[in-house]
Amino acid sequence: MQPVEQRDEVEMLSLMLLIRRFEERASQQYQAQKIGGFCHLYIGQEAVVVGAVAAVRDDDYIITAYRDHGHALARGTSPNACMAELFGKATGCSQGLGGSMHFFDKKNHMYGGHAIVGAHVPLAAGMAFASKYREEDRITLCFFGDGAINQGSFHEALNLIALYKLPVVLICENNLFAMGTSVKRSTSLKQIVDRAEGYDIPGDIVDGMNFREVRDKLSEIVTSIRKDPHPAFVEIRTYRYRGHSMSDPASYRTKEELEKYRLDDPIIRLRAQLTREGKLTNEQFDAFDKKAKETVLASVKFAESSPELPVEKVYNYAYFKGPIEPEWKRREGAPALKAES
Amino acid sequence: METARGRASSKGGVVREITYRQALNEALAEELARDPNVFLMGEEVAEYHGAYKVSQGLLERFGPKRIIDTPISENGFAGLGVGAAMVGLRPIIEFMTFSFSLVAFDQVVNNAPNMFMMSGGQFNIPITFRGPNGPAHQLGATHSHATESLYANAPGLKVCTPATPRDAKGLLKTAVRDDNPVLVLEAELLYSSKGMVEPPDEELLIPLGQAEVKREGSDVSIICYAQTVPLAIAVAAQLEEEDISAEIVDLRSIKPLDEVTIFNSVSKTHRAVIVEQDRPFCGVGAEVCYRIQKNIFDELDAPIMRVSQEDVPMPYNERLEKFVLPNADKLMAAVKKVCYA
Repeated sequence: MQPVEQRDEVEMLSLMLLIRRFEERASQQYQAQKIGGFCHLYIGQEAVVVGAVAAVRDDDYIITAYRDHGHALARGTSPNACMAELFGKATGCSQGLGGSMHFFDKKNHMYGGHAIVGAHVPLAAGMAFASKYREEDRITLCFFGDGAINQGSFHEALNLIALYKLPVVLICENNLFAMGTSVKRSTSLKQIVDRAEGYDIPGDIVDGMNFREVRDKLSEIVTSIRKDPHPAFVEIRTYRYRGHSMSDPASYRTKEELEKYRLDDPIIRLRAQLTREGKLTNEQFDAFDKKAKETVLASVKFAESSPELPVEKVYNYAYFKGPIEPEWKRREGAPALKAES
Repeated sequence: METARGRASSKGGVVREITYRQALNEALAEELARDPNVFLMGEEVAEYHGAYKVSQGLLERFGPKRIIDTPISENGFAGLGVGAAMVGLRPIIEFMTFSFSLVAFDQVVNNAPNMFMMSGGQFNIPITFRGPNGPAHQLGATHSHATESLYANAPGLKVCTPATPRDAKGLLKTAVRDDNPVLVLEAELLYSSKGMVEPPDEELLIPLGQAEVKREGSDVSIICYAQTVPLAIAVAAQLEEEDISAEIVDLRSIKPLDEVTIFNSVSKTHRAVIVEQDRPFCGVGAEVCYRIQKNIFDELDAPIMRVSQEDVPMPYNERLEKFVLPNADKLMAAVKKVCYA
């Protein structure tokens, strides 16, 4: 990818489209029982991660919670590797060992995919601590939902981040619901961004349905942190169109509310902006959309035809450098030990 | 085996008698000096020199960048350590006591050891968690936890429990160099105990997963670790007067567990008593016992006995606490029972 400051908006729009189409296909494949476990879709929130990625360098660190497909795709993880991960295949971005909630891609500086709410915010502190320790100007983007802000680990991490002046952008993707509990029912504050004030961290509110607003605010923050390491907090107001996970019909909200946000769709919005400015034609948009659909369909084929890890390989992933003692070989029902390949 | 003061080490240097605390301090200093990626973080480790003075002098020598005081936020700074390890640093995280590590249980059990599997082998976590563990003296139920069986239960963690200054130094140094999360569970009651240790200019590394026969004997194997090692040594001397020759096997590491040394000893004595500092239910002794009966059943001349804490939260009252803890009388009785004496 090219230097982010100049990243083409049309390219970013196609990235949002890719995420949208990927999630739609993932939903279909989940219903077809090709995907196991839990599956949380990012549809509606695309402008948040794409706007953020458009504002940082490729070597900046990104870490997020369990609604992570969009973050990996935005970071440059291939749709093939993402879909294969959902299918539990060895070609997945975590070799099929992490699943939907645990996408990792070290090469693209995507540090997970973390499924215990709030538990990755201290990890972000550690990553940023390492940047500061090594005197690098790398920035850590830590994404989390509105549900994370009432978790102890979040508060402990924010205090540490502020205390040690760590270069972290804390990005709260406020989609109004922690599972089925609305922010109003979960949080004593009038607005989430006020959490930051409690730790003396500068905070902003951003419209997460507007790609340009996300990118511009993040760019401003990132430029400031690059000059002098410090934390920042952004509450990005967004909306997920689907339920919390695949099993959630989202009966806790109204059709009218959903419809209101759909009309404010981040993809439609950026498309309209670009069209108005003469930077995008309808034909071009349709071509991008077609390409996104094809890419995603190809990823399903790739995932389907990919192999799974052999069962006995599981022992190689408990410890770096393999099993630490021989007992597992003798446990009842354990497979015969095969030569290491 | 430790012998008389001033004997020559295997490399020709002169061994010295130092305390368990000094041994840990030397290990920390040596590893900090060896590898710039190593840092020490925890409550009161810097300006206060450690709640138990293990980090005495380290701030002065290595500076505040590498010896870092934290607020009272175990979950936060343990997670910070995990995050820093994800991007290549080698943190040493001190818990003021492992009783407080329970506040960070999610980071130690859910993040540190799971990352390697969840990321399909992309992220190993080279982190050391260390601090005092096990019941001390009249600290009451919240401050008296022996956590070894809790942590040994989590795949992906390694757990060691040094009982002597030499083992403390050698195991801690090895832990810091290990590429996996390792817990060094120090014995709170043994910080001031003394023992012979190789001179500082000799590299002392004791592999994880290597038990040591601390005393040779022929009638019964007493399998112990951490605070029960000095107890076993004292009881062995008493038993000698009654013509029972006890062999003392110090596990040193709980995980990996050195079965070979255990099996060799029990195959020689044909009788085993396991004396452990933790609780009986699902305790370390249960696992050791299972493995002995499964693998060398025919070698046993008597059922294996276990001596542990009573299965109750620790009482404050001194007399009651003594009753709950493993002690010489209980161990004597168990040995006599397996010896039919």
